[in-house]
Amino acid sequence: MTSPDLPPKSGPLSAAGQRQPGFVAALLDPDAAVPPGLIGPDGRPAGKRFDVYRNNVTVSLIDALEQSFPCIFKLVGEEFFRAMAREFLRIHPPKSPRLATYGDEMPGFLERFPPVAHLGYLPDVARLENALRAAYHAADAAPIDTDALGALPPERLMAARIGLAPAVRIVASDWPILAIWRANMADGPKPQMQAETVLVARPGYDARPYPLAPGAARFLQALAEGRSFGVALEAAGPELDLTALLQTLVDAQAMTSITEGTDDAGTSDRL
Amino acid sequence: MLDATTAQPTGLPQRPGVGYKPQHYQDILEDPGSVAWLEIHAENYMGDGGRPLAQLRHLAERFPISVHGVGLSIGGEGPLDAEHLARLRHLVGWLNPASFSEHLAWSTHDSHYLNDLLPLPYTEVTLARVAEHVDQVQDSVGRRMLLENPSTYLAFAETEMSEIEFLTGIARRTGCGLLLDVNNVFVSATNQQSDPESYIDAFPMDLVGEIHLGGHDADTDDQGAPLLIDSHARPVVDPVWALYGRTIARAGALPTLIEWDNDVPDWPTLRAEAGLAADVLDHRVGVTA
Repeated sequence: MTSPDLPPKSGPLSAAGQRQPGFVAALLDPDAAVPPGLIGPDGRPAGKRFDVYRNNVTVSLIDALEQSFPCIFKLVGEEFFRAMAREFLRIHPPKSPRLATYGDEMPGFLERFPPVAHLGYLPDVARLENALRAAYHAADAAPIDTDALGALPPERLMAARIGLAPAVRIVASDWPILAIWRANMADGPKPQMQAETVLVARPGYDARPYPLAPGAARFLQALAEGRSFGVALEAAGPELDLTALLQTLVDAQAMTSITEGTDDAGTSDRL
Repeated sequence: MLDATTAQPTGLPQRPGVGYKPQHYQDILEDPGSVAWLEIHAENYMGDGGRPLAQLRHLAERFPISVHGVGLSIGGEGPLDAEHLARLRHLVGWLNPASFSEHLAWSTHDSHYLNDLLPLPYTEVTLARVAEHVDQVQDSVGRRMLLENPSTYLAFAETEMSEIEFLTGIARRTGCGLLLDVNNVFVSATNQQSDPESYIDAFPMDLVGEIHLGGHDADTDDQGAPLLIDSHARPVVDPVWALYGRTIARAGALPTLIEWDNDVPDWPTLRAEAGLAADVLDHRVGVTA
């Protein structure tokens, strides 16, 4: 394992007279000695007393990761997950007090964590869980419906761009990540091996995953990149079932604006 | 610094409140019992939208809200996290809560957030730095804050003054108020083998804007001495209720929070715990001073 970028271990005070660098290094390294000068009421070194802080940091961060990755937790089991989370937090301590954002590095960590090398789908399942978590906290936005699309004459619709809700994420995988997620989180059937692309959106306040057929995935990806409706249709190809996709996008409250314009690059008026 | 002579107590009612947990949302609205206000952890409401903010907006129409930060690291040796301070200013700005408080502790070092309230030595040097940080927070958020006494598990050989001298010094320099966590007093006094009643008797009650009560776990240190851990995972114990009675007898009624953050109970259990605080506030039950 590589080490986090932490201050070197030293005496109680750093060269700058600081107490906290040595404290932090010892907190995150269970094998490190307790920094000198930390004492109990009898003046003796604070062995178990320091371990309370070590334990608080470690256990609270493992608990936070458990909440962020409930599907990974189910897939590998509690004992394995907690041991793995302990490795994760030593390499990737949180960078912000907003723990809702903690764990963004989990997919990359899983790709490089030898004990799960045989579970090739885990990193992408973690990407799906990161997307669901981000969607849950994303900004609110009022959705548009198919009537709004239908109100435009076809040629103007083709030139228009569809704004997607801040909660929308698209997660593509070579693995059946949604089937795996549903089998574990929603009593879904046993997953069959296939590539899957997933739309994550937030109708109301609950983030939800939706399967995307290959053409639908290409269409939505093009919309997300700011392409016009017509260009997205071309990208999707003939296999796109546009009616079914639009119904999914309405159900998912995934579309929030229609912006008309004359070409893909230009700015335009917002309806 | 703020002018302490014009600093008002918080806008919280001098009644019980509870730490808000999303699973209690509907129950709180339907049957709050004696719960008159709610406290939230600031860091849980710094997203862009979604259910947390929607619930908070709705609750704030019905209850006074106390914003309690757990991640500002006011006791840190490094500068305050400017981005985090900006998020806090934004939250306090739109919510306009009845109170804002934070901890005498640190949790961030070199941009690593450790998610615990870590201790600091009580020296002139640390006092000056904490006062500077409190000034910066109050200037940024635009209001007086309350600073909370910590639970501690160890001491620093270099400490020069008592915790009460330290907290009083911060309040004098910055005009901030204090949040007196009575469970923390009991936990720290047990762990430091000092007298919790003397601590309550010596505390500058005129600076106190809010009380915290919570549960703790019990362990022992390497020598077998009692080592209490501030877990917020169980009911308030009788010795802490007695200390609370002593506090209210000295200070008069104060906004009093029940903190139950882990192994969170169902709403009737939490509401009943708040009811015990209401009994003390109403009848001065358990006052032994």
